[in-house]
Amino acid sequence: MTNDTTHLAIHARGLVRRFGDLTAVAGIDLDVRRGMIFAVLGPNGAGKTTLLRMLATLTAPDAGTATVMGHDITAAPQKVRASIAMTGQFASLDEDLTGRDNMMMLARLWGFRGSAARARADQLLAAFELSAAARKQVKNYSGGMRRRLDIAASLIVTPGVLFLDEPTTGLDPSARQGVWQLIRQLADSGVTILLTTQYLEEADQLAERIAVIDHGRKIAEGTSRELKAATGSGVLHVSLVDQTQLDAAADLLANRLGAVVQRSPEGAELSILAGTAADANAALTALIADGFTVADFRMGAPSLDEVFFALTGKADTSTPMQSPLEKAAP
Amino acid sequence: MTDITATPAEPVGNDRAPVGAAPGIAALQHVAPPAPPGPMSNALVFGWRAILKFRHVPEQLFDLVMTPIMFTLLFTFVFGGALAGSPGDYLQFFLPGILVQTVVFNSVYSGMGLSTDFQKGLFDRFRTLPIWSLAPFAGLMVGDMLRHLIAGAIILGIGLILGYRPEAGAVGTVLAFAMLLSIGFGMGWVFIVLGLLVRTPMTVMTLGFTILFPITFASNIMVDPATMPDWLRSFVDVNPVSLMATALRGLMSGTATLTQIGLALIAPVVLTLTLAPLVLWLYRRR
Repeated sequence: MTNDTTHLAIHARGLVRRFGDLTAVAGIDLDVRRGMIFAVLGPNGAGKTTLLRMLATLTAPDAGTATVMGHDITAAPQKVRASIAMTGQFASLDEDLTGRDNMMMLARLWGFRGSAARARADQLLAAFELSAAARKQVKNYSGGMRRRLDIAASLIVTPGVLFLDEPTTGLDPSARQGVWQLIRQLADSGVTILLTTQYLEEADQLAERIAVIDHGRKIAEGTSRELKAATGSGVLHVSLVDQTQLDAAADLLANRLGAVVQRSPEGAELSILAGTAADANAALTALIADGFTVADFRMGAPSLDEVFFALTGKADTSTPMQSPLEKAAP
Repeated sequence: MTDITATPAEPVGNDRAPVGAAPGIAALQHVAPPAPPGPMSNALVFGWRAILKFRHVPEQLFDLVMTPIMFTLLFTFVFGGALAGSPGDYLQFFLPGILVQTVVFNSVYSGMGLSTDFQKGLFDRFRTLPIWSLAPFAGLMVGDMLRHLIAGAIILGIGLILGYRPEAGAVGTVLAFAMLLSIGFGMGWVFIVLGLLVRTPMTVMTLGFTILFPITFASNIMVDPATMPDWLRSFVDVNPVSLMATALRGLMSGTATLTQIGLALIAPVVLTLTLAPLVLWLYRRR
């Protein structure tokens, strides 16, 4: 099995994990080439973290197989551990200790001794701009500093694969930019990165390939461009002056654009995926020409929900899942 | 490095230094793992962590010794005269017992610490490292032993100031402390299991004390069970805590028999033999 997959950092087939009645991961295949940034995109509870934890040997799969850097996650977990690092969703650091103590502890656990452990800790702290705070307890760090220390702690030994579980959740915009730069630089240095995110923008910014998962299944995979092709250039939102005309307007838009119209929860706004801006324009013109009085309209980038809707609308029946929007639809 | 210059200006503060400035992570070389360390080396690192915690969080020592100090003072001076004729006589009886209680109570803290580590995700990091699986627990035990030694020494010191005298002298005291460490080691597993099973540190503490209060009070630590009702006495006589207190009194007064020592060690040995494998199983299963 490893013969034809040696160029892959991650090779997973049919991974399944259940927690009681809940099937968190319901059979996922994944191939991640070495040296790439790969994003797993999905809403809360989609199974992203469980997938990551299985690949990082923290959770045993109920079914399926996977190799990470050529080592089987069930048969040779210690070998997998020797070639990965994981940064969890919450800073996995000892808050009572200083940043430097944390780094030295991990360096020693990896087998660096005495001055070598100190040197490696200081080198990483300097590289991550944490030297000034090195002797402060981690509990006094800001969110961005913690995240940087957490990622630095994953690089004591250069990992083959770095797992990042929602690396920017809870960070302010500038700290998020900082983490994005870090991730890009790490990838440039040859580290394979598998990250999970709830944000389409994050996956778009960072990842060479994106897998979209929901309800424990992979519903799409491709480059950001391929995924966007599935969702068109964006979503046209229209609201009318006369609410009683909404149904008729929805029919017209659906015919023109060949997609399904969604009503906002309050029912006053129609949303529909538009292939291109020109298509949206034409549909809007037709709407006005037919005598509808448009109160407001705008084009928006597709939200994660809308990407899901577009993907699952296209998906064949072999993926029996509901997108969040389908559930929300009246 | 080009994307660094392309980024919009960021507020440059102490906590938000621009990432990538010199030397920058781009300067980091590929670092291969050194020779894998042995299990003992791993465990010692965790022990070192426990010692660091004492330095950074000295308050924890206060938590550890305040209760036993209060107990020693209250029981000796408030109840001592009534219970044993004079505070001095009572202290002679009570001090070895309170040492046992101190160690037993203190073992709750490692369970709390463990629960905290799990909650914070720290153990997830440890578990993705290629280290000996039991090393984090062995390290916890190293920290525990240290805590027991420090707390025990402080309580003994206060006892000596108040007039307690171990008849068996230094040798008996050293043997008594060795016994205390064995007790702490055995009891430690109980709370490591709780720490693995219970999500919040507060619940570990509440549960711990719910178990410990009855078994330490319904023992011969504070009073001679002779005055207790028969049903209670039959429990107190076989309560492992009573057996431990009896052995400790014996060791410190130089009258301990091998039977007493053997009986006191039953619980720690049984707990270690049954719970250590359980801890490993629970840890791997999480």
